[in-house]
Amino acid sequence: MASTSHAAHGASTEVSPILGKLGLDDLLFLHEPIVLVTLIGASIGGLAVFALITKFKLWGYLWNEWFTSIDHKKIGIMYMILALVMFVRGFADALLMRGQQAMISTVGEGYLNAHHYDQIFSAHGVIMIFFVAMPFVTGFMNYIMPLQIGARDVAFPFLNNFSFWLTVSGAVLVMMSLFVGEFSTAGWLAYPPYSGLEYSPGVGVDYYLWSLNIAGIGTTLSGINLIVTLVKMRAPGMDWMKMPIFCWTTLCTNVLIVASFPVLSATLALLTADRYLGTHFFTSELGGNPMMYVNLIWIWGHPEVYILVLPIFGILSEIVPTFCSKRLFGYTSMVYATCVIMILSYIVWLHHFFTMGAGADVNSFFGITTMIISIPTGAKLFNWLFTMYKGRIRFEVPMLWVMGIMIVFPIGGLTGVLLAIPPADYVLHNSLFLIAHFHNVIIGGVVFGIFAGISFWWPKAFGFKLNHFWNVVSFWCWLIGFFLAFMPLYILGLMGFTRRIGQEIDPIYSGLFLTATVGAIVIAAGIAAFFWSIYVSIRDREQLRDTTGDPWGGRTLEWATSSPPPYYNFAFTPKIYEVDAFAQMKREGYTRPTDGYIPIHMPKYTSSGIIISGFLTVMGFALVFHIWWLAALSLFAAIAWGIGHTFNYDQDYYVPADEVAEIEKKYTQSLMGPAE
Amino acid sequence: MEPNKFYVTTDPHADHGDHHDDDHGHDTGTMLGFWIYLMSDCLIFGILFAVYAVLGQNFAAGPNPSDLFEIDMILVSTFMLLFSSITYGFAVLKMEANNKNGMMLWLIITGLFGLAFLYLEIVEFEHLWHLGATPMASAFLSSFFTLVGTHGLHVTAGCLWLVVLLVQVQMHGLTAANKRRIMCLSLFWHFLDLIWIGVFSLVYLTGVTLT
Amino acid sequence: MHRVRTLCLLAFGALALSGCNLVVMNPSGDIADQQAQLIVYATVLMLIVIIPVIALTIFFAIKYRASNEDAPYEPEWHHSISLEVVVWSVPMAIIIFLAGLTWVATHRLEPYHDIKRIDAETPLDPSVKPLTIQVAAMDWKWVFFYPEQGVATVNELAAPVDRPIEFYITSTTVMNSFYVPALAGMIYAMPGMQTELNAVINEEGVFKGLSANYSGEGFSHMNFEFIATADEAGFDEWVQKVQSEGEDLDLDGLSKLNHPTVDHPVQYFGSYDENSWNRLVNKCVDEDDLCLNDMMMADALGGGGIDGLFNREQFRGLCSAENPGAIMALIRPGKQDLEKDIIAAMTDLPTDPRAQN
Repeated sequence: MASTSHAAHGASTEVSPILGKLGLDDLLFLHEPIVLVTLIGASIGGLAVFALITKFKLWGYLWNEWFTSIDHKKIGIMYMILALVMFVRGFADALLMRGQQAMISTVGEGYLNAHHYDQIFSAHGVIMIFFVAMPFVTGFMNYIMPLQIGARDVAFPFLNNFSFWLTVSGAVLVMMSLFVGEFSTAGWLAYPPYSGLEYSPGVGVDYYLWSLNIAGIGTTLSGINLIVTLVKMRAPGMDWMKMPIFCWTTLCTNVLIVASFPVLSATLALLTADRYLGTHFFTSELGGNPMMYVNLIWIWGHPEVYILVLPIFGILSEIVPTFCSKRLFGYTSMVYATCVIMILSYIVWLHHFFTMGAGADVNSFFGITTMIISIPTGAKLFNWLFTMYKGRIRFEVPMLWVMGIMIVFPIGGLTGVLLAIPPADYVLHNSLFLIAHFHNVIIGGVVFGIFAGISFWWPKAFGFKLNHFWNVVSFWCWLIGFFLAFMPLYILGLMGFTRRIGQEIDPIYSGLFLTATVGAIVIAAGIAAFFWSIYVSIRDREQLRDTTGDPWGGRTLEWATSSPPPYYNFAFTPKIYEVDAFAQMKREGYTRPTDGYIPIHMPKYTSSGIIISGFLTVMGFALVFHIWWLAALSLFAAIAWGIGHTFNYDQDYYVPADEVAEIEKKYTQSLMGPAE
Repeated sequence: MEPNKFYVTTDPHADHGDHHDDDHGHDTGTMLGFWIYLMSDCLIFGILFAVYAVLGQNFAAGPNPSDLFEIDMILVSTFMLLFSSITYGFAVLKMEANNKNGMMLWLIITGLFGLAFLYLEIVEFEHLWHLGATPMASAFLSSFFTLVGTHGLHVTAGCLWLVVLLVQVQMHGLTAANKRRIMCLSLFWHFLDLIWIGVFSLVYLTGVTLT
Repeated sequence: MHRVRTLCLLAFGALALSGCNLVVMNPSGDIADQQAQLIVYATVLMLIVIIPVIALTIFFAIKYRASNEDAPYEPEWHHSISLEVVVWSVPMAIIIFLAGLTWVATHRLEPYHDIKRIDAETPLDPSVKPLTIQVAAMDWKWVFFYPEQGVATVNELAAPVDRPIEFYITSTTVMNSFYVPALAGMIYAMPGMQTELNAVINEEGVFKGLSANYSGEGFSHMNFEFIATADEAGFDEWVQKVQSEGEDLDLDGLSKLNHPTVDHPVQYFGSYDENSWNRLVNKCVDEDDLCLNDMMMADALGGGGIDGLFNREQFRGLCSAENPGAIMALIRPGKQDLEKDIIAAMTDLPTDPRAQN
């Protein structure tokens, strides 16, 4: 019935047996000038990178040393690179939206039509959550956690590589939708019935579904992997209550992942069935129930929020003691706070839709459980505060970001508790106040925390510190830009302005939208300063060199090895006696053994992860366009390759003691001062 | 070299050789990891059960469970699956006794029971399809086919895995790695049995008794 | 209430002065007003803990900076029972307080409950009947039905000042959210479901209403005007205007209206088919639709059997509200002897939603 208008976009009606729904008009750039420009830009950039890699003959190096690597450190870095690339895309979307709203409210006309604008806000949300924030925190957990527990790698190194490439596969599908076909217009959670076939007949929602289906499996597998690593591979003496807080938050995060991502997978699979098979889970016909989707997706969605923020709390708990040169205040209560948050995050999901009208009892129950989460969160904040108390605070870049969080995050907490009061939520829900709130906690918590973590562990990963000046510039741009961009949104929300409106905006809002746009541009400057700082730091890497492996006066085990760490992490497995193991080693004057090396047992690199994920990417694309033969073929190939992989029993080897001695000798020399 | 307070300087593998040849498959964490995977899979089934609980009465003026289910056949297929769990247990006993051929025989019997179960399921689905009771006919049928079908897909995957393992055991014998894999598949197989008991009682039994 | 207004002005003073119309904080309806007060109270309560935290952060950062050698330094100090108690109990105390407030306020402001007062000073006159308005969200417009007045409008809503209003809300397509910021908080409009909102407007004027939940292509234009007339007479005048200018909305017209349009103009209907609302809520506006309530009746009786798959196709376009006997076509043969009871149950079903209360 409603198909006339909805079907106007991107839905090729003819389905060819060879090409499925794929037709010439799916090449969006042919008729969308903005996409054309983007495509040209991306093609030039991509070709340049491709040409450079080819010119310097780096393909073999990348394949052998990175793509097929099962080293948790390299996988961690690859996660971070993926996140950074996708961050640029997601942020470009944000700028486009801000520009559109500012223009519409000022001159009455914008440059994006409704269909395009709706894709952009959907893509922005999906990319920022699934392909920016998630890979960032997964990257940190991958890189840091095994080092902190004194392990040589994760429990299942191949699985780790596979998880990463599955995430890439999802990201590739989302990026592909920019140029071939279209992306979903259904928002980042794709509520039915709008996301059903009747109202979204195009390929956009299908891109969304397959991308998240594939990436979601990767995330679950990675969660299992990291839990087992933490349970089984801690260094001798490291009891649960002697683990660094970051490891605790990693544990809780991965428990959340394993206990919530299957819900996402199942829910999206049911929506997929509705769209591909014509079942009636979430249609409003023949007995389906769209609100069931809303419940299910938030049963995953709320824990997801804590999946993002818990590791950040962990990062903060490492940075604050380091730069205050002091033990963390209240280790035990920090651990309990983390666990309490983990458990509570499962019983608050309904606060995302109080306005469904579930009744006062249900609404106030979920409102109150939501507020209770702010107790452990508040306790954490106080703990960092009292760690600063009677400390010696050095305001290096990581500490600056932490200070930013401690000032910005409580504001987001306050507005969050406001939204948890159902009657207040009735007027604030779906408004720009809500948008401002979650950007307040995600930027002022997660993003700041990510930058804090990057600047903190950069010297560990690459052997030289990041340039101080440009990172300070980046910090101030982000902080000021954040306030400029999001305080107007709080006000707009109180003016009754709701989200996802991109076409008709009253000029009375124009001043605030313009301010917000200026804020977004200031943030853009902060991002530019960050990238520039990377360039400057690589250029000046000799001056910024960290020869000791411990540039900040660290307290945990990752600082007890060289920067960057050797691929086996520790020549000898450390023994642990108390929290802040490395601080104790330094205090008691440990001696690093310099001979008597023993062969180290390590896993071998494998290309199966990237190849299977490659097949699955093709499968996803084929399914989006209903190219059934290709989908079946690539699924078969993926399964066959996976089975073939299990026939390879030769998965590990021993690093000879001589090789270890050679590498450790270099570190010994570096510790003694610059070589001749 | 004298012991160092802060480092393990002795070779952890020195006492018992290459630890991949020892019998303590649990040390590597594989079993724990597989358990956690099963729990996450269990959550997927949990969601499908919940969806069935919500939508299971929405017949859309179409057929209800007692119009469709032939409980006798289901009982037969249930026993196929239960027997297959028992025979898998025998296979594991043979494995513990290092009797490779005995184990393979029991595994083959297990696989045959699994295939019999799958055959009966396909027959049931085909029968329903012919009646017009397709997954598209009502929300009840959508959730029914998805729950039972997902379980069936798992059994299919289990059978495929079983075949692969048989080949691998034939090639390499009862090595530590193969034993670990057999134990993982054992967990998987019993887990599917458990899920089926849930399906049988919550979907089929209550279906034909309550409507 | 005036004190709260002052407080609002204090808290958002700068903004108010700069000309932003914070309609959420300064609304014209009593429900929205209480919601605004709640926001202010909760904010103040939380600032008790937020402000000291931010202030202490800045103070500690300055006092314990590395360059300040005079400040005490205790690198091993990491535990204090009394501080831990403070750390946990201060947030807990605030939350206990807020939880109480939440419980009470959520129950008092439950949108499904009848309102209990006209405004802070005026109690409810029990003899005044609430005005019933049925609200249907369509792609992409709002349709309002006034069962007492027998008129319907598109994208224009009217009600008299100080009379309780009872909204019944549904959607014929995808999810939307019915929101008049000056009047009361929002409530979802969902297909196949009916939600409810009780509110009252206290000031005369024209207010903005909108859909607050994204619903696709024409969503940005899915606005309407809410006219609060000074008194009943003004409202009657408006109704007469709708009656005289409007045409009749029969079921055919309703089905046509239900097709997607963007930026739909204001439209009046002097009369409408009495089954309109029933068909909208049950998603059977078009000829080939199956009424949800009929389907659910059949399901409550155990479904229609395998024959039902065929029977329901024959039933499409029928509606038991118009033709109670027709539903027997959906019921399985074994239950046919219940015909009288079933029809009685269907016809006794209140058509005026207020009769349920």
